[in-house]
Amino acid sequence: MKPQRESRAPGRQSPGGRAIALLVLLALLVVAVFLSLAVGSRPMSLDVVWGALTSGDVPAADRAAAADRAAVVDLRLPRTVLGILVGAGLAVAGAIIQAVTRNPLADPGILGVTSGSAFMVAVAVGFLGITTPSGYVWFALAGALLASVVVYLIGSAGGRSAGPAQLTLAGVALSAVLSGLVSAIRLTDPQSFAAIQTWESGSFQDRGWDVIVPVLPFVLAGLLLALALAGSLNALALGDDLASALGSSVLRTRVLAVVAVTLLAGGATAMGGPIIFVGLMVPHVARWIAGPDQRWIITYSMLLGPVLVLVADVLGRVVARPGEIPVGVITAFVGAPVLIWLVRRSRVIGL
Amino acid sequence: MTALRPSTGLVTRRGPSRGTVTAVVLGLLLALLALVAMGLGDYPLGPVEVLRALVSDQGFDTVVVTEWRLPRVLAALVFGAALGVSGALFQSLTRNPLGSPDVIGFSTGSFTGVLVFTIIFGGSTLGTTGGAIVGGLATALVVYLLAYRRGIQGFRLIVVGIAVTAMLHSFNVWLLLQVQTEVAMSASIWAAGTLSLVGWERLLPAAVMLAVLVPVVLGVAGPLRQLELGDDAAAAHGVRVEPARLVILVVGVSLTAIVTATTGPIAFVALAAPQVARRIARSAGLPLGHAALVGAMLLLAADVVAQHLLPTALPVGVVTVVLGGIYLLNLLVREARRAA
Repeated sequence: MKPQRESRAPGRQSPGGRAIALLVLLALLVVAVFLSLAVGSRPMSLDVVWGALTSGDVPAADRAAAADRAAVVDLRLPRTVLGILVGAGLAVAGAIIQAVTRNPLADPGILGVTSGSAFMVAVAVGFLGITTPSGYVWFALAGALLASVVVYLIGSAGGRSAGPAQLTLAGVALSAVLSGLVSAIRLTDPQSFAAIQTWESGSFQDRGWDVIVPVLPFVLAGLLLALALAGSLNALALGDDLASALGSSVLRTRVLAVVAVTLLAGGATAMGGPIIFVGLMVPHVARWIAGPDQRWIITYSMLLGPVLVLVADVLGRVVARPGEIPVGVITAFVGAPVLIWLVRRSRVIGL
Repeated sequence: MTALRPSTGLVTRRGPSRGTVTAVVLGLLLALLALVAMGLGDYPLGPVEVLRALVSDQGFDTVVVTEWRLPRVLAALVFGAALGVSGALFQSLTRNPLGSPDVIGFSTGSFTGVLVFTIIFGGSTLGTTGGAIVGGLATALVVYLLAYRRGIQGFRLIVVGIAVTAMLHSFNVWLLLQVQTEVAMSASIWAAGTLSLVGWERLLPAAVMLAVLVPVVLGVAGPLRQLELGDDAAAAHGVRVEPARLVILVVGVSLTAIVTATTGPIAFVALAAPQVARRIARSAGLPLGHAALVGAMLLLAADVVAQHLLPTALPVGVVTVVLGGIYLLNLLVREARRAA
């Protein structure tokens, strides 16, 4: 036991510990998936869910079985897939942003990336009359890219990486500008008002395969890119000078990181609406389990993000029956205390 | 020997100081802008006609100017001044150019209050006013307490503000989904911050309340200057630091609360006005008088833009939040450059 090494978390000690943690997280994810499939206004037992998923045609006479099947396959299955993709996308995007900016408070929502998406979606809905998700996904991605680049430029103004305070404030300022523009669009056009309002709450209700399929390739590409980048992010964590001395191209890593964040956060936001704090919380938990290695942080985030989002979605279905609370509201209520706790810790903030 | 002479020259110079001159110039510009603003609209009038309509009865012209346009312009002036002073108080208190009621979640909290009061009591003016004040003050208090840890540190206050704001914002969005679209839309117009609903009957009570606060603001101006030098220096000059700080905080929050209750949250005037004022007056501290004048100027100009220069009339808060956000981004970039 070396004294400078913290050993309270299981994964920090050995490859075996990390593998066990990985298995535990996978098991958690499976549990969350089944919860998401089984819980709702029509609660079912697990074998009913399993039967509905595996059986082919149901006899027409069996009304109850047919209804179960419809609820599971047509409504809850796409919703669960959506939750997995959104959770993984936001969590990994958060992990990358935190690694690149060395800012533990970074989150696609706080840094304004999601409000970039929201702004471009509002433009698409308000000015161009595009109301289908497959239509506005491009706008969400473009908005995410725009916001990532702006925040990155502000972060690197003055020729060095900005402190957590500057970057956070830059995100706030950018979000303020964009939200002002969104409300300008909303208030001038009642029709788009309702459409944007629903999307903006970050709800998974009534989102089917038509929302998921067009965005799926972007999120998957983002996840692969993130895994490929993890090694370079480790080098970046040593500082820009040391990273380039080790033969890693700092600029290339940063550019690819912005691309990955754009794909992940933009794709997730296009599907689920602006959901805040997932990208903030999950990497912290992942780092606590995994230690400083970005490859493991990103892998764990990829599993933990979906767990958090699915559980939040299930909670949203349960706590306000017969109504539903959007998943974005639940994550905000869970995430805000986490952010406050992080900033109240007496230790100096910095990665 | 020259090094011993006071370098500012304020003591020896004759005639009015730069502060006085700039204040007078600002005042004149403000009057001119107000006259122009009262002339704009579907029934356009020149500044001279406006002036004539104000001082004597010109029939329809006078009705248009005094009944329709004067309350709105006066509201922009009075509320802008109040926001400017409020921002100057906050920034002096936190010794941070980013300290502002916006940053600590006041606006979002007051919107939550308005929504909750509207849902419980129906959409009355009293409900809106009460909800805004209760919601805003409660949020500010919660943020302050959560950020308190052996004193208040600027960065922590801001991040706690972000967290609480994000939480309330998503709650607001959800509440808006629960009500009918018309209710949601009118609530959203309020939430964007607008002067279009302000007539004499809403302006006068707010103006009276603000007028009551003026002597208090003048009273804290002295201690505020001392506090800018540091707590110890202020204490050495006989200022009771903690009570003074509390009074300044309460006055600053009250100024914003009164404005917000009447117009809805108007972002960033409180943030930008004191800094602009400081640069105009070239003073070391934040000049309260200049902050009031610049705040009035900013809000009136933003309202003219929102009302007349855009293709469709928008709430003034939309304009101030966009311009103010850009201003803040610019401020951050310049700070980063200077630090490098």
